[in-house]
Amino acid sequence: MDMFMEPSNPSPLPGAPPALEMRHISKAFPGVQALKDVSFVAYAGEIHALMGENGAGKSTLMKILAGAYSADSGEIRVFGQPVRIAGPLDARRVGINLIYQELNLARNLTVAENIFMGVEPARSGLIDRAAMRRAAREVLEQLGASFGPETPLSRLSIAEGQLVEIARALMFRSQVLVMDEPTAALSERETERLFELIRRLRDQGIAVVYISHRMAEVYALADKVTVLRDGQYIGTLEKKEINAERVVQMMVGRPVQDFYEHRTARTKGEVMLEVRGITDGKKVQPSSFSVRAGEILGLAGLIGAGRTELARLIFGADPKASGAVRIGGQPVRIQSPTDAIAAGIGYVPENRKEQGLFLQMASGDNIAMNVLSHYAAAGIINPIGVGQLVRQAIKDLSIRVASPATRAINLSGGNQQKLLLARWLAIGPKVLILDEPTRGVDIGAKAEIYRLIGELAAKGVAVVFISSELPEVVGMSDRVLVMREGHLVGELDPARGDVISQEHIMAYATGVKEMEVRA
Amino acid sequence: MSTEAKRQTNKATRADILGALGILPVLILICIIFAILSPNFATPNNFINVLRQASINVVLAAGMTFVILTAGIDLSVGAILGASAVVALQVSLMPQWGWAAIPAGLLAGLAFGLINGLLIAYLKLSPFVVTLGAYSAVRGAAYLLANNGQTVINSNLSFAAIGNDSFLGVPWLVWIALLVILASWFILRRTVLGVHVYAVGGNEQAARLTGIKVPRVLLFVYGFSGLCAGLAGVMSAARLYSANGILGTGYELDAIAAVVLGGTSLAGGVGSVLGTTLGAMIIAVLNNGLTILGVSSFWQLVVKGVVIVIAVAVDRLRTARAGR
Repeated sequence: MDMFMEPSNPSPLPGAPPALEMRHISKAFPGVQALKDVSFVAYAGEIHALMGENGAGKSTLMKILAGAYSADSGEIRVFGQPVRIAGPLDARRVGINLIYQELNLARNLTVAENIFMGVEPARSGLIDRAAMRRAAREVLEQLGASFGPETPLSRLSIAEGQLVEIARALMFRSQVLVMDEPTAALSERETERLFELIRRLRDQGIAVVYISHRMAEVYALADKVTVLRDGQYIGTLEKKEINAERVVQMMVGRPVQDFYEHRTARTKGEVMLEVRGITDGKKVQPSSFSVRAGEILGLAGLIGAGRTELARLIFGADPKASGAVRIGGQPVRIQSPTDAIAAGIGYVPENRKEQGLFLQMASGDNIAMNVLSHYAAAGIINPIGVGQLVRQAIKDLSIRVASPATRAINLSGGNQQKLLLARWLAIGPKVLILDEPTRGVDIGAKAEIYRLIGELAAKGVAVVFISSELPEVVGMSDRVLVMREGHLVGELDPARGDVISQEHIMAYATGVKEMEVRA
Repeated sequence: MSTEAKRQTNKATRADILGALGILPVLILICIIFAILSPNFATPNNFINVLRQASINVVLAAGMTFVILTAGIDLSVGAILGASAVVALQVSLMPQWGWAAIPAGLLAGLAFGLINGLLIAYLKLSPFVVTLGAYSAVRGAAYLLANNGQTVINSNLSFAAIGNDSFLGVPWLVWIALLVILASWFILRRTVLGVHVYAVGGNEQAARLTGIKVPRVLLFVYGFSGLCAGLAGVMSAARLYSANGILGTGYELDAIAAVVLGGTSLAGGVGSVLGTTLGAMIIAVLNNGLTILGVSSFWQLVVKGVVIVIAVAVDRLRTARAGR
């Protein structure tokens, strides 16, 4: 039972080597230089935030640290000693532990079994459960956990699961603890408690590397901030230098002004999409609304309010109990996505990898998928016609891809999203429903996607824009509908004197305010 | 512009071929080993022999490739081969209907395949379960059609030529297999339907949301697999001048092995018929070479199994090292 972390010296000696030093790390994937000569240093007893947009290289850097990837070049040192990390066990052996966003726990086992997974204490080949329980209990108490070692993991919340992961890290005498967006699924109170714990770990002399997007957390927690951008090291700020503007500027590479503001003067045409009393009899209560040609209608609401379900009903992806849809004044019968596409409706789903992309197929196939038959005679594809379409789309949407033959899986999130947009643009849609089109997309690509949506509307497409990010809903929409618990509960229409603001949207979304949607 | 387009397509095709050739070094290695161990292996005659022995499995495996590309499986092709062969032979014995023997065999295969497809596509039953059922039911049908378990013989078989004669020094069986490979390649790479096969296997949910009629694609692949099995049945019958209920037993496993050896993912969406062809060649070379060396048939089974697993393992390691 000498597995416990011994209390280390809380304040490292001046001149002592850093707990973790990553030097000149480079890593390339097919078509992408994910990391270019990145160095990162964390000292014992500090909380060091690692920031950057999606695709900046944070995760790759940390996966190299954890032994999930191997660097093409560069060196890792722990307390001044060069180490070789070829797998997760190597990382643990040198005192590095990672806690991923998705917890690495077995839900069918107990807390103690999870803590000791892979290193079960044994006596003559038999598992020593008493020792295991004892050691686990000690560590859990140290962490202030409210559950015991025998609790089945399935009974714990996500926050408690994180405690189990931290306990496991301590059991391995962690010197460097990396946490990847640990608060993503936590409530405010749980977050507070986690922060207390992280500070305590720091005071015990652990180097904590904290990956997060949330400025507020970085303020509250970090002693230092290191920013990566496009796989490169941008800089490190000391605590007193940290301020939001500066960090964001480092992350984006330019000052951010009116980033979300993309409303342009557009003439709106006739009503293009008209939805009457559509319902699935379950999650979507009878809903009616309309969108004009050239209009961007924001559809806001909390997660689970039924926005995606409403979109899927309109698109024919799920069966509807009743309701009708008109396109350009003409009633259309939509019973499947095929019908919806024939009627001129496009739908970019919220989860692009699971519902949108064919990851193993060529980017060009992904773009052309909806219109292949337009480029085919007797079912035989004309590769030249398709090639032209694809290259034009790649150019128009400035999709960064080595060649149309590059598989979709090798593209960044933003470029993958553009593949989907290109696919739907190819059908020449009258109505385009975009479900969280900027989720998991980095800031640069976001701006381009906003621009594209604006251009589409300017061409007369009726756009339904579903988003959980209020700033972009406010910045993009000509009009906003708010959904709550399956009902359309509010409408913000500047033409009628309403102001589209985050506060107004939240008031409807949370039920502070309510009204019937004006037809 | 259009030359550029051609260049891009050529590039994609080249990548396609290179991907499929992943297993080629294994095939060459096996050939070299046999050539060293036996002077009778690397002869023109034996080369033709190997091709002929591979032909029936190639036809089955081509159909199987379509099915596996959609993340499905067809366990019934061996049984369908048997039943189709019996049907073809029975029809060939009918006085006025001899000419209809080949169409009848093909149609029987297609019909069994379509039944599989209907159950899988529209009743949403699991491919494994449906074709496992067909594996038994169609095998039973084959025995019943063969006058309750007899061997049906026609020594004046009108289409025996395709099983035993050659054209330009190459057996008809080999020409047929070659034609099936080319047709399969063309469908998969040059038609809308082929792209949809990859799409359904790669991401069925996305395929549906893209307006692809997923059930139709599934119906097609099982129908095609059945048709290939029917053709393989006709080929077998032609070679043997006879057919019985036991014909084709276990062939489905060789077909699946060829597909997997060829680098097609059992998870669907990735693979090619060119790879499958190489896979089928490896199996045929092993059977042929081990027989020439006089290895007992029991050991042949062991060696074949081990080689299949090793070859796939080597291929996986290679692709993993290439970084996805």
